[in-house]
Amino acid sequence: MAKKLSGIAASAGIAIAKAFRLETPDLTVEKQTVDNPDEEIQKFDASLEKSKAELEVIKQKMLEDLGEEHAEIFSAHLLVLSDPELVDPIKQKINNDKVNASFALKEVADQFISMFEAMDNEYMRERAADIRDVSTRVLAHVLGSPIVSLAEIHEEVILIAEDLTPSDTAQLNKKFVKGFVTDIGGRTSHSAIMARSMEIPAVVGSKTVTKDSEQGVTVIVDGLEGNVIIDPSEAELAEYRQKLADHEEQKKEWAKLVNEPSVSKDGHHVELAANIGTPKDVEGVLNNGAEGVGLYRTEFLYMGRDELPNEDEQFESYKKVVENLDGKPVVIRTLDVGGDKELPYLDLPKEMNPFLGFRAIRLCLEQDDMFRVQLRALLRASAFGNLKIMFPMIATLDEFRQAKAMLEEEKQKLIDKNVEVSEKIEVGIMVEIPSTAVMAPQFAKEVDFFSIGTNDLIQYTMAADRMNEQVSYLYQPYNPAILRLVKMVIDASHAEGKWTGMCGEMAGDEVAIPLLLGLGLDEFSMSATSVLPARSQLRKISKEEAESVATKALELNTSEEVKQLVEKTFL
Amino acid sequence: MAEQTFKITAETGIHARPATQLVNKAGQYESEVTLAYNGKSVNLKSIMGVMSLGVGQGSEVTIKAEGPDADQAIKGLEEVMKQGLSD
Repeated sequence: MAKKLSGIAASAGIAIAKAFRLETPDLTVEKQTVDNPDEEIQKFDASLEKSKAELEVIKQKMLEDLGEEHAEIFSAHLLVLSDPELVDPIKQKINNDKVNASFALKEVADQFISMFEAMDNEYMRERAADIRDVSTRVLAHVLGSPIVSLAEIHEEVILIAEDLTPSDTAQLNKKFVKGFVTDIGGRTSHSAIMARSMEIPAVVGSKTVTKDSEQGVTVIVDGLEGNVIIDPSEAELAEYRQKLADHEEQKKEWAKLVNEPSVSKDGHHVELAANIGTPKDVEGVLNNGAEGVGLYRTEFLYMGRDELPNEDEQFESYKKVVENLDGKPVVIRTLDVGGDKELPYLDLPKEMNPFLGFRAIRLCLEQDDMFRVQLRALLRASAFGNLKIMFPMIATLDEFRQAKAMLEEEKQKLIDKNVEVSEKIEVGIMVEIPSTAVMAPQFAKEVDFFSIGTNDLIQYTMAADRMNEQVSYLYQPYNPAILRLVKMVIDASHAEGKWTGMCGEMAGDEVAIPLLLGLGLDEFSMSATSVLPARSQLRKISKEEAESVATKALELNTSEEVKQLVEKTFL
Repeated sequence: MAEQTFKITAETGIHARPATQLVNKAGQYESEVTLAYNGKSVNLKSIMGVMSLGVGQGSEVTIKAEGPDADQAIKGLEEVMKQGLSD
């Protein structure tokens, strides 16, 4: 019997394949007395070896795909499995107490886990998770129900999981994993971002997919609408095979636009750019015909590791991106962490309101040693292409001036040392805070460009936490309040001969695109896979008509009215 | 027996990566090797032991080796220390 679920459309496309459940097996441990402890010790040793072999494979895969920094964590995991302080007490326990291996392992590992959990340092507490992770892997082998490894999938599947961790997604093989569905997560969660950059159809936040689907059952993932059908009927299968074929056909049509300009029906040109997180994403940017990078989120360089990336490492990443873009603009956002995006090694205090707290530029201006390292890396990379620098979360002119002054100081120091730096680096800001949108005319005199970050601008304007599902109805990109702020920013930049871009989800949204074109937005930056659909849409709209619709929209009362107006006119 | 004291200058102290390098190195020697900090001493061949010390920047640590290759062990570990952990 078919079962339908709806979740969040995280990555466009349609996939049909058998379910592959990624699950943790039942690892309940019971204490047993054993007659032959040697046998248990052998079983334990064999499980250790199997686990080490698996970790070596994962580490190697990480090394090839994501580089040394990300593989380090698995070196540490391997060392835990060779740690005499862990291994010896387990063997002694088996021998002396005549207990089963799984019990001894769990007892000893739990002691270490609670020891690390009790430490007064966030970083140390996170190590408890590492120990749990590796000891669970061994335990699963001892119990004879090893944890399924993604690396072992060798047929086409739809992955079903509660959530996917970074180490899960790193192991995904696109050839076999045709799509995935998770219980939890949102459009901006890690798994969703990865799915888009790998171009795998995905639905996240389905709430119950792990409960509702069995291993091997046929699953349809509709990443366009956010729907999932488990065990579909023949009719549904036929319908989705058709949809899949249509989507492939549509993609072929879009692909013809790769080298075409992004112009409206009446010849107005805008820039369609892509958002990226790592140098690896550049391939998708070029394949999808983006005209630049409108947002390079540098925080991924800082995440999933245990110390700050040094200047050379950052320089190499930035240089690689600007070189591969070959003269096309690359807007690099300086470190945007703190709040919900944590870096355990900075050991920042927990906050009541992380989104309103010590984050992004606020943190960077305070910890300027760290910030200056990034600025130097950016300045050095500027000599290799068209690099622009953007500061996140600017609330006051003073913050911008301070950040700009630090940049100028570091620039001068590099020039004094005869290091090559580009003469003309545009320096702009993210507009995410309503105060900055309101003060845009003043900012426009000093910055080179604006980029509107809609996810945050909406949550700050509507005073609605975007992580809180109960207030998600207030996430209203088409609310005239938001449109008016956007207009203020665009108009202010144009009055000073500057430009405005947008790098939030809204820039690639089919309802928002006509409005933004009408309001005069210069650059639209979105997921790489949205670029061609946006270009295709843009070519069918005239700017003149978009302007008149946008002017009307500004005077409407509600988000819903705006949406209806756009849909009636353009969709 | 051989021993040597180091002052940790790395900004993040002995975190996972340097700890991994130290433990890997210590494991190459037959001698028993310990790391002492703040009155506590742990087996330097144990990653969890080393991490549990929580050695931060500016700390003084002492490495002791006892066994047939004690001198080589101290020398080898000193090299690892010099790679960015200690001056």
